[in-house]
Amino acid sequence: MLTKTYSPLKDKILEVLDYKGKVVNEKLVPKLDKEFLLNMYKTMMLGRVADTKALQYQRQGRILTYAPIKGQEAAQVGVIAALDKQDWMVPAFRELAGMLYKGAPLKQLFMYWYGNEEGNHFDKDLKILPISVPIASQLNHAAGLAYASKIKKKGEVVVAYVGDGGTSHGEFHEAVNFSAVFDLPVIIIIQNNQWAISTPRSSQTKAKTLAHKAIGYGIEGIQVDGNDPLAMYIATKEAKEKALRGEGPTLIEALTYRLGPHTTSDDPSIYRSDDEVAYWEERDPITRFRIYLIELGHWTLEEDKALIKEYKDYVNKIFKEVEETGLIDLDEVFKYNYETMSEDLQNQLNEYKEYIKEAK
Amino acid sequence: MPLMTIIDAVKNTIDQQMELNDNVVTFGEDVGFEGGVFRATKGLQQKYGKERSFDTPLAESAIIGSAVGMAVNGLIPIPEIQFSGFVFPAINQIITHVARYRNRTKGTYSLPMVIRMPYGGGIRALEHHSESIESLFAHIPGLKVVIPSTPYDTKGLLTAAIKDPDPVIFLEPKRIYRAFKQEVPTEEYIVPIGKAKVVQQGDTITVVAWGAMVREVENAIKLLENEKINVELIDLRTIQPYDKQTLINSVKKTGRFLVVHEAYKSYGPGAELIATINEQAFLYLEAPPTRLAGFDITIPLPKGEHHFIITPKRIANEIKKVSSF
Repeated sequence: MLTKTYSPLKDKILEVLDYKGKVVNEKLVPKLDKEFLLNMYKTMMLGRVADTKALQYQRQGRILTYAPIKGQEAAQVGVIAALDKQDWMVPAFRELAGMLYKGAPLKQLFMYWYGNEEGNHFDKDLKILPISVPIASQLNHAAGLAYASKIKKKGEVVVAYVGDGGTSHGEFHEAVNFSAVFDLPVIIIIQNNQWAISTPRSSQTKAKTLAHKAIGYGIEGIQVDGNDPLAMYIATKEAKEKALRGEGPTLIEALTYRLGPHTTSDDPSIYRSDDEVAYWEERDPITRFRIYLIELGHWTLEEDKALIKEYKDYVNKIFKEVEETGLIDLDEVFKYNYETMSEDLQNQLNEYKEYIKEAK
Repeated sequence: MPLMTIIDAVKNTIDQQMELNDNVVTFGEDVGFEGGVFRATKGLQQKYGKERSFDTPLAESAIIGSAVGMAVNGLIPIPEIQFSGFVFPAINQIITHVARYRNRTKGTYSLPMVIRMPYGGGIRALEHHSESIESLFAHIPGLKVVIPSTPYDTKGLLTAAIKDPDPVIFLEPKRIYRAFKQEVPTEEYIVPIGKAKVVQQGDTITVVAWGAMVREVENAIKLLENEKINVELIDLRTIQPYDKQTLINSVKKTGRFLVVHEAYKSYGPGAELIATINEQAFLYLEAPPTRLAGFDITIPLPKGEHHFIITPKRIANEIKKVSSF
């Protein structure tokens, strides 16, 4: 059991690849074929390209506030790659690459940041909950999904995301505790990207690691190199198998770094040093995974170049489609508040329509 | 037909719906083994098992937040908040998620759930056990707010709430949980959400109330037996959406309007009702539409609560004033 060997109490961190792409523990390398590995890599890259483009679009005034994922692709794709189709993904709001891997169409993901609810509901079969802005509140939804799954014996596992800042929240405590008490099939992924806007991880908790928090809930926790897609994969896989055996939740702290700003409204240069950013840029999850795949003979730099070019064009094309959607119809903004609109609400809409007609 | 109190009707309804639909689950603090501090779920764990009627950790946000996930994943949760004064840790979940999930997902996910909680004053309870907070929920798009005043309506409205595809806040007037019994059919029936009930017809003045205040208005009417005042009493039954038409029709007939509620006066539900009367029956009014409501003070502890509680005598006095304006 990885959670035994790498128990938070042992102050160890689970790694498979070091930051230069070298295997540090041969025994831990998951047996994944070329196609599977490349799918992981390509999704991380699509996430990176989409992310870079989204920042550009925002600077050009073409997209609203956006929360970048740069640097956190492995902590997302490594996790979702270990899930099965029937498993649930409960995002916070900085999981674009993970959502892509789970099957969310890029167009929809962009629609959210473009300012349209169309970007917040996915095909039900994808089992992805909408983005959740209220910090840590989504973890309780994960508990509920898992509770329903457990009593209906659906065999689903629920992966829920939260950030390092979110671990300070009461919702985090209530959700992890609830999941633990009922032995629910939940995997909580803490993307510890070191910064909650300008507040460093050290100001969030006196706990030595965020994985330590598992101990108080009586569940297993593990700290993982979150920029190592293979380490994230094996940690999640083990947690999933445990959950399916009915042995309850696991808390996985993915040690990673937000290379970009908190959102496009944030200027991280105010609160952190260039040296710190440079240190983490060296530990970029995509770089190390690329080296690993090239060494394996699965990938070449030429292919990489071509892929980036292909994705840039693809992302631009998708974003054009997004821009073509324009504004939302009036009826649409009224339509979904209740299944059936009350007479009063219908009247509010009708009166406004009358006004529009007369004002013309 | 068996005679039931309001609390009996709550239990009877949950029991029946759990029997009819395997997806219905009920949970909260002390809800499972004990059956709730008011015994609204007594015996349900023994009958339906620990998975469908269960005790949660003492954590309101998890109670409501987990209900969101359960509803998304096919269950119909009926979470109980032990007292409405304890709901505040869960307000984040109710306002930011429960109310918004349908709209956020453009109807992909609806959240069929009924959040039950006892509310209101007059039971000589300690702090945080006496508030009337219907306005807090009624103000939020996406929620429905229902308050029964009789055992019959309790069953019909709660059944409607459980079958509703949208989340319903079901506020139970705990002061009259066991105040009286009424014949309640054993079979399933619905009292529709959003429809008021004309309890008593009259042509002098329209008086609107809900929950425990309906009984107090009835008692006030008894005090006015020797006066020439024919009160039309309307039990609103649903605060959001509320039955505007019944109110307006009544005011068009009486020309006078009084709303009685225990919730605080300022920005309370009465303000909303009176705005509607002004908008839609202004020319029929013969007196200023009036509120008799809780003072804008923190509801006092039991030794001072009598100052706050709205008595039949005060209601009768107000009815006379508005009727003779």
